[in-house]
Amino acid sequence: MALEEEVIRKEVRVWLEENWNVNLDLVKWRLRLADSGWGMPNWPKDWYGRDLPIGLVPVVEEEFNKMGALTIPKSGIRMLAAATILNHGSDMHKEKFLKRIVTGEDIWCQLFSEPGSGSDLAGATTKAVMVGNKWVVNGQKVWTTSAHKAHWGLLLARTDADRTKHQGLSYFIIDMNQEGVETQPLMQMNGHASFNQVFLTDAEVLPDFQVGDLGDGWQVATTTLMHERRAADSLRSWGQASSRKGRIYDQEREETETTMEPYKWYPQRAGRVDLILERARETGAIKDPTVRQEIAKLFTLHKSAEWTARRARAAQEEGKPQGPEGSLGKLAASNVARAAAKVHTLISGADAMLSGEDSPMEGIIAEILVSFPASSIAGGTDEIQKNIISERVLKMPKETRFDADKPFKDIPRNTVS
Amino acid sequence: MKFSFSEEQEEFRSVVRRFMEDKSPTKEVRRLMATESGWEKEEWFQMNKELGLTAVAIPEEYGGHGFGLSEQCIILEEMGRSLLCAPYFSSAVLAANAILYGASEDQKTNLLPQIASGETIATLAFTEENGHWDTLRVQLTASEKDGKYKLSGVKSFVLDGHTADLIVVLATTHKTNDKPELSLFAVDGGATGLTKNLLNSADETRKLARLEFNDVEGELLGSGETVEKAMQTTFIKSCIGLANEMVGGAERLRQDALEYVKMRMQFGRSIASFQVTKHRATDMLADVELAKSAAYFSAAAFDDSDKDIVATASIAKAAASEGYMQTAINAVQMHGGIGFTWDNDTHLWFKRAKSSEVFLGTPDYHRELMVQSWEG
Repeated sequence: MALEEEVIRKEVRVWLEENWNVNLDLVKWRLRLADSGWGMPNWPKDWYGRDLPIGLVPVVEEEFNKMGALTIPKSGIRMLAAATILNHGSDMHKEKFLKRIVTGEDIWCQLFSEPGSGSDLAGATTKAVMVGNKWVVNGQKVWTTSAHKAHWGLLLARTDADRTKHQGLSYFIIDMNQEGVETQPLMQMNGHASFNQVFLTDAEVLPDFQVGDLGDGWQVATTTLMHERRAADSLRSWGQASSRKGRIYDQEREETETTMEPYKWYPQRAGRVDLILERARETGAIKDPTVRQEIAKLFTLHKSAEWTARRARAAQEEGKPQGPEGSLGKLAASNVARAAAKVHTLISGADAMLSGEDSPMEGIIAEILVSFPASSIAGGTDEIQKNIISERVLKMPKETRFDADKPFKDIPRNTVS
Repeated sequence: MKFSFSEEQEEFRSVVRRFMEDKSPTKEVRRLMATESGWEKEEWFQMNKELGLTAVAIPEEYGGHGFGLSEQCIILEEMGRSLLCAPYFSSAVLAANAILYGASEDQKTNLLPQIASGETIATLAFTEENGHWDTLRVQLTASEKDGKYKLSGVKSFVLDGHTADLIVVLATTHKTNDKPELSLFAVDGGATGLTKNLLNSADETRKLARLEFNDVEGELLGSGETVEKAMQTTFIKSCIGLANEMVGGAERLRQDALEYVKMRMQFGRSIASFQVTKHRATDMLADVELAKSAAYFSAAAFDDSDKDIVATASIAKAAASEGYMQTAINAVQMHGGIGFTWDNDTHLWFKRAKSSEVFLGTPDYHRELMVQSWEG
């Protein structure tokens, strides 16, 4: 491995020296990455990659960083689309979509969740019916990041309600720029609108744009979701655009700003533990014995969670089998966010009733207090997390299900939607 | 900083675990906890002869093996897991550290090798009847007369105080014309004027004694700033040690409760298939794993001379106290009625959780210590 690593390092360096230039146009630069395979080196050689083992990707990234060279846009849904297409897509899909994913020219969105099914994604009721030689889609999707800017959507739709819930779904790529697709921003309780609702009214999909076989939609969606979980872990690292000077950096900054716009309240969602001591000193609340207790409770939780994550990472780096500590991060984060919001309230006192400019720290504190509930819902609710951990880690039996073996049309639905 | 155990450490853990499983099944725990001494010499000597556990963290120059706190914490975790009835915490943690940090070179050379070999069983008497864990309110006094010190007063909540051969006593010294200062003394367990009473403790696996000193002769180990610092370091290491002991017990309780719900069938199905049970089991896993992380980290942080060790030790103690007690409450609940019976073993750990939650300071006390250290 060490020898192979050196060879790769040298190869990247030589290539970068010949090709990298800060005055290039961002898309032109990424076309070079696509042609050479250095943008996604672990992708297949035939499809803009170099077939490198995933373990060597950090080596390539390191060489790019040393040179200040930009890589491909890893943010948003497009990488989930790419992973899904590489796994399940046809050659036509790969031909048509992968290159423009590497260059960042196309924006993608994910049309899975519905108002009637959040945690129970496979309960989707959006229908796709073959009319003539096209699929015609009707239904409503929700929590769709970037739908208003997206060129393409990853769509999970029901193609057969006589089959069971999981077998009656199919997976499509839908053109978002058509008459039957209407997008509306979805305003959250914290005033931001990071997501959209998408109304599909006789929207059309060509048969070629089906991914995987008819009825295999759930399996294909599982690939997308698996990559979504991984992407969520690295969200923080995308958000940082380089502050260097040069045309290509300016273009990247603009791109990052657009992609990260929906996520700008995410630090507040996590509770901003980093502000606690500073705020407690500033307000004098640190002298209050009750506040001191709550601060210490929060830090005990926060630090224990951090050290648990470090244990999990250490095990991973040493190639040891993952222990139970690796699955607890998301749950711990929900608890930290809740506890932090409580302590911020204690510290702020009456000011915690205020919002916007009138709230402490130009509204940051107010934003924490109305954003933290998202932590225990987004990306898998605490309840779903606990089901997964109890079944996979603790090996407890699954709850009896009532929807597994009967036709989808016979499964009880929401009485009020 | 280390966030994982080395292969040698893992190997050491499995040796200790095998020993504990062999020597300290709950039948044996129940037998020993019902005795007045709370432990037996034969087993103690075997443990130290075969595994040298009391010697592990004592420096080599004083007859020990010179390992760090991390290694000692592996022992403590396994002892907590098996509820071993032995004066290990009192002798190898409390007393050994008080002597190591508070006594003169000659005294260390004289006292520590015997503690390391297990021949001398020592304890540290620092708390009094007021139950305070800090050193600010020590009322037991030592007075000097013709170069000899006599101790008078009462110490309480002294771990294994009724059976220890050597009692390290924290006292306030009044020398003529000098301000009173904090001092440590070595007192013989059989000294004249010393009355030892075993207290009735809720956790019968942890024996506590009340010691009354009436002009008892003691050997001065150290005084003043040295002793203040020695007591702080001893307290920090003991809190970290206790936190590791606690997570061992918590893990065992969690596993036993999980096993129980998996085999219990009610309403025609496994009660482990109920979401309410699964979610509780996951909460228990989170409580124990987070407390383990804090306990492990604090031991590694001490060995690494981490600057924030005061707060870190308190985080570990508070997290383990809350986590262990909560796990014990959940474990009884998961067992249902049977979990409240004497015959079921759950209460043995439940009571250890309670005594450990309080011993060396409740979580509230440690939370206050944390904030004080961050205030600077």
